[in-house]
Amino acid sequence: MADQSQNKAVQTTGHAWDGDLQEFNNPLPTWWLWAFYASCVFTVVYWILYPAWPIGDTYTKGIATTTFQNSKGEEVTMGWNTRAEFIKDMQSGTEAMKQAEYLKKVSAASYEEIVNDPDMTAFTQSLAKVLFADNCAACHGVGGQPAIVGLYPNLRDDAWLWGGKLSQIQHAIVAGRNGYMPAFGEVLSNEKIDQVANYVMTLSGLDADAAKASAGKAIFQGDEGGCYYCHTSAGTGMYSQGAANLTDAVWTVANVPGAETNKDKIAVISKVIKDGIQRKMPAWSERLSETEIKLLTVYVHGLGGGQ
Amino acid sequence: MSGETPDLYQKRQSIFPRSVKGRFRNLKWAILAVAYGMYFLLPWMRWEREAGPDQAVLFDLVGRKFYLFDLVVYPQDIFWLAGLLMIGAYLMFFVTGLAGRVFCGYFCFQTLWTDVFVFVERLVQGERPARIRLEKQPWNAEKIFKLGLTHLLWLVVALLTGLTFTIYWGNAPELVVDLATGNAPFPAYATTLFLMSTTYVMAGWAREQVCTYMCPYARFQSVMFDRDTLIVSYDQKRGEGEKGRAKLGKENKTPEERSALGQGDCIDCGYCVQVCPTGIDIRNGLQIQCISCALCVDACDTIMDKMGWQRGLVGYSSQRVEEGGDKAHFLRPKVIGYFTILIAAMGLLVWSVTQQAPFDVGVSQVRQPLFVKLSDGRIQNSYEVKVNNKTGKSLTLTFSVEDLPGAELDMGKFQTVELRPEQRLRLMARINLAPEKFDGKSRHIEFIATPKNTTLQPVGHESVFYIPGR
Repeated sequence: MADQSQNKAVQTTGHAWDGDLQEFNNPLPTWWLWAFYASCVFTVVYWILYPAWPIGDTYTKGIATTTFQNSKGEEVTMGWNTRAEFIKDMQSGTEAMKQAEYLKKVSAASYEEIVNDPDMTAFTQSLAKVLFADNCAACHGVGGQPAIVGLYPNLRDDAWLWGGKLSQIQHAIVAGRNGYMPAFGEVLSNEKIDQVANYVMTLSGLDADAAKASAGKAIFQGDEGGCYYCHTSAGTGMYSQGAANLTDAVWTVANVPGAETNKDKIAVISKVIKDGIQRKMPAWSERLSETEIKLLTVYVHGLGGGQ
Repeated sequence: MSGETPDLYQKRQSIFPRSVKGRFRNLKWAILAVAYGMYFLLPWMRWEREAGPDQAVLFDLVGRKFYLFDLVVYPQDIFWLAGLLMIGAYLMFFVTGLAGRVFCGYFCFQTLWTDVFVFVERLVQGERPARIRLEKQPWNAEKIFKLGLTHLLWLVVALLTGLTFTIYWGNAPELVVDLATGNAPFPAYATTLFLMSTTYVMAGWAREQVCTYMCPYARFQSVMFDRDTLIVSYDQKRGEGEKGRAKLGKENKTPEERSALGQGDCIDCGYCVQVCPTGIDIRNGLQIQCISCALCVDACDTIMDKMGWQRGLVGYSSQRVEEGGDKAHFLRPKVIGYFTILIAAMGLLVWSVTQQAPFDVGVSQVRQPLFVKLSDGRIQNSYEVKVNNKTGKSLTLTFSVEDLPGAELDMGKFQTVELRPEQRLRLMARINLAPEKFDGKSRHIEFIATPKNTTLQPVGHESVFYIPGR
C-alpha cells in the first residue's frame, strides 16, 4: 500500500565526523511546519491586541479595551488590563451576581431574620470570614483569639467586656472602643498592689495569701483603690465601662493561664494593675459599609457565645 | 546534499468503498441505528423529578450534578467513573481477545460517522465507478454541484453531531433556542463548533487515516490477539489452490474445472478490495489497517452465492484454524480470567451505586483556635458541619454527639434543620466539656445526624475534641 522509495538513501548533512559518523537531514513534517507558522501569526496578532512589549518605562498597550463602572457609576473604557477585567467581573460575572443577590437579601433582613435562617447564616459566615480576616484578624487573630493572650479581647469565648448582644457588638464595630483602666502604679504602692492582686486571685477561686487578700479587699472595695467603681463590689464588671468580670474563668488581659506558679500569676495581675490598660479599637463606620458591619456582627456573635 | 529526499509523508490515496449487501452489513446498519438513536434522541427525553430538571440525561456542570434518569451523580461519586473506565478497559481486552477488532468495525464512532459520510457521498455522487470518475474529471458545473452538496450535507450532519453533544450539558429545548437566538453562553457555541469541525474533518477528510495512523488500537492489537482470536481472513488454501487464483474464463467456470487446472476458488473479481473502507486487500492476510468490519466477507459471500459455491472464502476465522488446526478454543484462561474480572467489576459498581447515601455529613474542626476557655471554665471546640441533602425530597435532620462523656452540643438555632431537596448547607457547631468531666481516655467524638424520616439511617462523622494539657 505504501509507496515509499526505499532504494534511495536518506539525505545526510554532508559532513562526516570520526570517519563515518553522519547526521541525517530529514525534512520537517509539513503539518508541523504549518502549525509553527500559524503560531507565529498568532503571536503577532496577540501583540497587536494585548499589552506586550516593554519600551523604556512604558509598554505597548494593545488595541483591546475593557469597560467597567467606576465608583461614581459612570462607564469607563480603558486599555485592556487584568485589574479592570477583575472589576468588570465583580460587577457583572455570574458568581458576583449571585453574591450581590444574597447581599441584597441580607441587607434588607433584620438580625432576627438572619439568625433564624440557616441559608442566610451560612452566607454570612462565608463572607464575614473573609471580611474578618481582612479587617479584624490583625488584632483579634484569624479565629477571633489573638496570638498573644490578653493583647486584645478574645472574640471566641462567651466573656464580653462591652456586652455580647448583637446591638452591642454592632456598636463596637461602628464606633470603636476605648479600653481604659487607670495606671494604679501612680496611686498605690507595690505592696498595696500585691495585696489587691491576691484579692483578685480569690475572686476567681484561685489560691492566694489570706492576709494579703483581705487587705486587698479593703482597698478594692474602698475609696483607696476604688476598683469597685468599674468592676462593681461583686467583681462582676460593667458593660458600660468595658470593665472585665473578675470572677469568671476567662482572663482578658493578664496572661494568668500562661503563668505557671501562683507567684507568677500574682505578678502578672500586679503588672496590669500597675500599668493600667490603654488600648483602642478603631471605628469602622467609615471603612466598612453598613451591610458589611451587619455581617460581621452576626459572625462575631456566632463565633463562640453571643448573648 | 545529494539526491532527492524520500517522501516521509504518505499522501492519502482516495478510497471509494463500493456498497455491499449482506448479514454483516445489516448488523452494522442495525448497530448504527441503535447507537445514533440513543445519541441523538436521549437529550430530548423528558423525565419527571420532584426537584431538579426534567431532562432524563443531563450533565449539569455548573450545578455539579449529573442526572441519569433516577440517579443523581455527585462529585463525591467520582469513583464510579473510575470503575466505569476500568470496566471499559477490561471489556475491551475481553472482547478483543475473543473476537478481535469488532469494536473498530461495528461500534467505533469514527467508523459509524465515516459510514454515514460515505453513505451521503454515495447518495449524492453515485456508486464507486461514478465517484472515481468524478474525482478524475476537471472542475465543471456537475463536479462543483455534487461535491458542494456532499460537503454541505456532511456539515449538516457534523453540526447536528456537535449540537447534540452540547445539549447533553443543558436543558435541550431551551439550549437549542438560546443557541439559535444568540443567547447561549460562549462555551456552548465553542463546543458545538469545535465538535462540528472535528466531525467534519475526521469523518469527511481523514477517514481511514485515523484508523491507520492515529488510533492506538491498531498498534496494540497484536498484543491482545492470540491464535484463537476471531479475525477476518481469506482462506488461502481454498482460494489459491496449487497454482493460484484465476479470473473466470471459458475453461474454468465450474469448481471441477478449476481444481483440475489447479486453480483456487478465488475468481479475482476484486469485490472484497473494492468494499474495504480502509483500502486493503484482505487476500494478503491480516493487516494493521483491517478494522474487522467484515464487509469483504459480505462481498465474497455475495459472489459465492451468485456462483452457487460455498460461502466462507473470506470469513471470520482464527489463526489456529488458518494454520490447519482444529476449531478455535473460546474458553481459554485469558478469556475466562477477563470475564471473571469484568463480572466482578460490574457487580462492584452496581453495588456501589445502590449504596449511594441519601444524605452526606462532613465535619471539620476549626483549627484557629483549637480550643477556647469559657467563662465558667468549660472548654469549647468549634466545628464546621456540612450537610448535603441528596434526596429529591425535603429532609429534617437532628444533630447529636456521642463517644465523649460529658460533652454538650451547641448549634444555636440549627440543632434541628430542614433541608430543601438537593440543598447543601454549612452550619457551625460548638462542643463544650468541663475539664473535670473528661475521663482522660480518648478525645474521639462522633457527630450523628438523625433524619426525621425513620426509613433513612442516621449518618455519623468522626472528629476530635481538644483539651489543653491532656
